[in-house]
Amino acid sequence: MRNIKLCSPNWYELRTKLGRRTVIGIPYLWLLLFFLVPFAIVLKISFAYTDIAIPPYSSLFEYADEALTIVLNLGNYLWLAEDGLYISAYLGSVKIALIGTLWCLAIGYPMAYAMSRAPKKWQTALLMAVLLPSWTSFLIRIYAWMGILRNNGLLNNFLMWLGVIDQPLTILNTDVAVYIGIVYAYLPFMVLPLYSNLVKLDKSLIEAAQDLGAKPAECFHKITLPLSKSGIIAGSMLVFIPAVGEVVIPQLLGGPETLMIGKILWQEFFNNRDWPVASALAIVMLLVLLVPIMIFNHSRQKDLEGRS
Amino acid sequence: MIERKFSFSNIVLGIGLIFLYLPMFILVFYSFNASKLVTVWAGFSTKWYVELFHDDQLIDAVLTSFEIGVSAATAAVVLGTMSAYLLNRFGHFRGRTLFSGMITAPLVMPDVILGLALLLMFVSMASTIGWPEDRGMLTIWIAHVTFCTAYATVVISSRLKDMDVSIEEAAMDLGATPLKTFFVITLPTIAPALASAWLLSFTLSLDDLVIASFVSGPGSTTLPMVVFSSVRLGVSPKVNALATLIILCVSLAAFIAWWFARRADRMRRDAYQMLGRDQ
Repeated sequence: MRNIKLCSPNWYELRTKLGRRTVIGIPYLWLLLFFLVPFAIVLKISFAYTDIAIPPYSSLFEYADEALTIVLNLGNYLWLAEDGLYISAYLGSVKIALIGTLWCLAIGYPMAYAMSRAPKKWQTALLMAVLLPSWTSFLIRIYAWMGILRNNGLLNNFLMWLGVIDQPLTILNTDVAVYIGIVYAYLPFMVLPLYSNLVKLDKSLIEAAQDLGAKPAECFHKITLPLSKSGIIAGSMLVFIPAVGEVVIPQLLGGPETLMIGKILWQEFFNNRDWPVASALAIVMLLVLLVPIMIFNHSRQKDLEGRS
Repeated sequence: MIERKFSFSNIVLGIGLIFLYLPMFILVFYSFNASKLVTVWAGFSTKWYVELFHDDQLIDAVLTSFEIGVSAATAAVVLGTMSAYLLNRFGHFRGRTLFSGMITAPLVMPDVILGLALLLMFVSMASTIGWPEDRGMLTIWIAHVTFCTAYATVVISSRLKDMDVSIEEAAMDLGATPLKTFFVITLPTIAPALASAWLLSFTLSLDDLVIASFVSGPGSTTLPMVVFSSVRLGVSPKVNALATLIILCVSLAAFIAWWFARRADRMRRDAYQMLGRDQ
């Protein structure tokens, strides 16, 4: 066998090269075609006019009398800038996602910390317990809160039974319900990267600091917190970015005054059938999220590519 | 170091777990309620489950979702294995930065953006090259494969990274071709990761509402789409019953995934003990 290969190194080399090309080529082409090119098309259609046709937008390129005319309609973007609704929806999304992320961090960090300090045999079970809800249907988990937060729902009934309140609180269809939904749905995504970061933390560093007379708070502030920075960044981005574009939570838990850009885009597309404006909304949302996505990719790449 | 049992972080962990599970327990509990009013208890009943199984539209949607889920998860694991392999073993190649960007971006990309982008892509393709003719299961499948591949790559990559490269190198030194080395050495070693990547992709596909709503056609309705349209009308015990069944299935799948991971861990530990070295 080996002799044959040594006699025909060209054939062997060629085959290896071809194999390598195939392994790179197939996923590469798939992602180019179904991930990168679609964004170019969204960009293109965001410059089109709305048209009563199938598909409901005008073509950018026109070829007539030996002249190629390209018509870029900036109207969609001007429309977004002029209408205060869209700007406040963007700001509202960023605000809700930011506060939701901070809540997730405030709850998720102690959880991940406690998990990383738990006895070794418990850790897998605890990790499983935190991740399991994120595997069940997202929709079902949001739906569960509709029953709890309603005016005659469980929470109000319970609080009235306790005698804390005598009038039901309106929580469902307000921003508070949206925050609860975001924290509930995204908490596992915060805990997971924090845990996998904290569990790798060298405990002898903390012991050394304690031996040298550092107080627990000082230890945490000067050793644990800086060393878990990459976990905090990854977790926060995993919560913040999808939360900005959230559609289901504002539709089911939010009220009419809950302005989130994902909901507006959905309505623009499905109710108004205005594809060019929906595309422009998506492009601007992508621009808003570009820096967070780049930070996330940067933090992931070290993890993904081994030999970190 | 002395750890306190009731430290602040342990208490938060306990409350956090209650917060994560209580709503689901309430959901399961009220699915057995005889009353149509979800929050008033009127005795034990399984009538909502019976009604569930007589809902043809729902059964159709479940079948559609399962079909898409199984095929999308399988394709995502194949593409994810290739992506993880080339990111971990191929060193530098042209366009590597772009590739790793494209493979990580779907993890956080909001669903509305991805859904809209893929729909517009399919519409443009249909008007220029005439394919895909109409939207339906095929387009949902393509969309699901695209985002599931990203998740599968993460799961498989973390296993591939921990694997001892010297075994692969030994096989190749002994004359095995890269392809043979992959199938005889690498694949069996990373098999548990493939299983958990498949299960993760399957649940993600089964769960997706937003992307499927964009790219589906009139004939293909998935389970989340049916659930969403009934949930918008308000809370109903029938949805609770459905939710209970979904939670049951997912717990089962998660348990199987956990079992695979534990078995793999044990086998690895045994192998290392036989070699007489520490982890």
